[in-house]
This record gives sequence, C-alpha cells and structure tokens, in this order.
Amino acid sequence: MEGFLDFAVNRIIPALDAGLWTSVLLIVPASLLGIAIGVIVGTARVYAPRPVGKALDWYVSLFRGTPLVVQLYFWYFALPYVSIGGVNLVLSPMWASIIGFALCSGAYQSEYIRGGLLSIKRGQLRAAQALGMTPLTTITSVVLPQAFRRALPGCGNEIIYLIKYSSLASIITVSDLTGMGRSLAKSTFRNTEVFIVVGLYYLALVTVATFVLRAVEKRLELPGFETKKD
Amino acid sequence: MDQPAILRVENIVKTIGGQRILDDVSFAVKKGGLKVLIGPSGAGKSTLLSCINFLSPPDSGVISLDGKPVNGKSKKELLALRQQVGMIFQDFNLFDHLSAMENVRVALIKVKGLDKRAATNRAMEELARVGLADKPSLYPAQLSGGQKQRVSVARALALDPKVLLLDEPTSALDPELIGEVLTVIRDLADEGMTMVMATHQISFSASLADEFLFMEKGRIVERGAPAVLLSRNSGSRTQSFCAKLSELAGDASCEIAS
Repeated sequence: MEGFLDFAVNRIIPALDAGLWTSVLLIVPASLLGIAIGVIVGTARVYAPRPVGKALDWYVSLFRGTPLVVQLYFWYFALPYVSIGGVNLVLSPMWASIIGFALCSGAYQSEYIRGGLLSIKRGQLRAAQALGMTPLTTITSVVLPQAFRRALPGCGNEIIYLIKYSSLASIITVSDLTGMGRSLAKSTFRNTEVFIVVGLYYLALVTVATFVLRAVEKRLELPGFETKKD
Repeated sequence: MDQPAILRVENIVKTIGGQRILDDVSFAVKKGGLKVLIGPSGAGKSTLLSCINFLSPPDSGVISLDGKPVNGKSKKELLALRQQVGMIFQDFNLFDHLSAMENVRVALIKVKGLDKRAATNRAMEELARVGLADKPSLYPAQLSGGQKQRVSVARALALDPKVLLLDEPTSALDPELIGEVLTVIRDLADEGMTMVMATHQISFSASLADEFLFMEKGRIVERGAPAVLLSRNSGSRTQSFCAKLSELAGDASCEIAS
C-alpha cells in the first residue's frame, strides 16, 4: 500500500467525486419518489376499494419478491423490446435506475406507511366522520400526518438501504460511485485501496442521511409522538 | 308544548352480525330538551346514538332533523347532517397530532371553510367556554382525561350543532375528573343546548333531563320524567337499575335533589 495517500488524493478522490454527484442524483429523486409512491400506495392499500387494493398488493409482492438486479435489467435491457401500443420505451441508464429504485423502494415504503395507518385508532376516524369531514379530508388532515410520523423511523431505514443498493446502478452502466471505483480499480489494479475508499464514501453518505433523517424526525416530533422514549 | 321536535327518531332498526341491536326505537327531542339513555351495557345505547348521525346507518326507520327526514343514501346530506349534530365519545377521540386549539379548529377550516384567523378565534372562544383558555397549545398526550373530554366538547360546539349526542362522556374518566365534565354538560343544558346523552350518571342527569329512556335488548322499555321513574316506590326498571348501580358504587345517591 505504498503511496496510498498520494494515490488516494490524486486518483481515487477525483474519480469518486464525479461518481458521488451521479450517485446523489440517483438517490435523492429515487428516495423522494419512493416515499411518494409509498404514501399513495400504502394509503390506497388500506382505504381504496377492494380491486385497487388487491392490484397494489400484487405490485408490492412483485417488487419485493424479485431481485432488484433483475428489475434493473428489465427496465434497461428488456423494456426496449416491449411494445406498448406500438411504442417501445428506451430508458437511459440514469432513468432506468431512478425508476427501478423508486418502484422498489416505494413497495417497501408502502409497508411502513400501511403499518402507520393501521396504528391509528378507529375512534379518531369516527370523530372526523362525526364532524362532517369527507373521507379524503379525514385521510389528509387526520390519518396521514399521524401515520407518517409513526412510519418515519421505518421510512428512514429504507432510505439508508436505498443509498447502498443505488450501487447496483453501476451494473447497468451508470458511472456512479461504485461504477467509477470499479473502472479505476480495473485500470490501476489497486483494488484494495479503491474499494476501501468507495466504502468510506458510502459510509459518509449514510452518516449524512442519518443526520438529516434525525433532524426531520426532531422537527416533526410532537408530544405523544416521540421517537425516543426517555 | 306544541313546539315541533328538532330531532325525531322513528322506528329505528339495526342489525349487526345477525343480531338485532336496535328493535323499533322511536323518540323525539324538542329544542333545548335533554333525553337521557339509561340501561345495562349492550342495551344498544351507543348504537342508537351512532345511528342518529349515521356513523352506523340504521337498517330501517327515519331520522328527521328540523322536520326534514335525512336521506341516508346521499353522502352530501350525511355530511350536512353531521355538521349539525355534534358527537361526544366515551374515549374522547381527539386527534393526537393536533394541539387542543387545533383539535377544535380543524373542522372549522376543513369542513366549514373558515379562514385560519377566524377559525382560531372561534376555537379559542370554545376552549374558554369549557374552561381551557389557558391550555390551547397542549397536545392530547399532555392533557388529563377530563381536559381531553372538555376539548372534545369544544370541538363539537365549534360547529354550532343543533343537537349534541353524548355517548357515556364520563365513563372513561377517573372519578375525580368526572365533576369537571359534568359541570360543562350542566352549563350546556342551562344554555339550552339540545342533547341526547347515554350515561350511568343517573342522579346527576336526573336534575337536567326532561325524560329518561330506559333501554334493554335494543328496545326502549320504559320512559318518563326522572322524578316519576326514580321515586322510591315507583317499582320502575329505572329505579331498580339505579339502586343496583349506587349499591355497587357504595353510595346511596340514587335519589333526586329536587
């Protein structure tokens, strides 16, 4: 490991910084979309009419039940051969990854949200109904603000996972952190140094995300909704 | 005496899981009246109250408010009905993520369409009315049971209901907290609020009610003025039920003050 510091500063860090930006561009939209999908799907699975709920149960089973790599292969390699109404959709590696991550993450997020929804006592729904609220108002003003708070630790956990499985984008040719690291390792044969630093970059990303999530939890905290009991 | 009934309940039948919970129940309340539902658990008191605002829609029978029968099939009519009929629950059912003031305010904004300032002012007025003017920013988790129930009364009153339905409003409270809620209910009765209340607080409600309705197995089996039903040798079901309750409670309060 001679000259590790030089090698790290001159070669690894510049390469990974470029990849870092790409990774962030994957992670941020995918996690936000994932949450949005999770909230909508989770809510619909609990409150929507039977057929809709059933269909969404299938969505969750499918995306939780198949490997993410296979899903990414599908979005990137297979989708161009699938003709939908005469149109063949070709996604860029970035878009294929974002969509793949968001749909997979959304399936998991919907489970956390569903759990949060089910934790709300029926009495509050009856009270909202008795005040003349429509079902939609009840969901947006009474149910979701509470369910989201209860689901937040789980949702945050899923985002941490997403940061790490975003590395799979590299197998469909995205030059993210992992992708950049792999090319550098290939061309320099210094696998050990490169992958240690790649690991540290992910560790840093997760640390920042943990910090942000904790700040969000703190901001949304209300008496009766403490995430930490002391 | 010929004042028309503000709320009329006619021939209500409700079956849940093959069991007849309400069996042809009828009564009517005049403006400012207070009907008290008494009877053993499982008699159908709660179900009757939630049939009135269609939280559990009756299988048959007619609910009329201000002389107009409610069409249970029309969602719009039901939403309008519920704005005019307030409900107080045994376990308060406050919205846990909202402060006391926001609990009272939320329906003013989301249902009545008031702007935030007007709604806040109104919510503060209602909190003051139930003696909680100094606690608007506390959350349900920070309030005692009695305070929670008073917030829920304020929340119902904010919508200017024509009738208030109270489903055992003090049953979930510690004994020392019952008084503050009863005081609020007495004030409402004195102000002329029309109410239908299920309760086990028989001697308290005797001084306010214009009629007791004694329910058993889904039917109103006895009805009349509290003074008549509770008189020592009336031989009424109400009297013996009340005597049993006060025996269990260890006091001899099954009498009316007047």
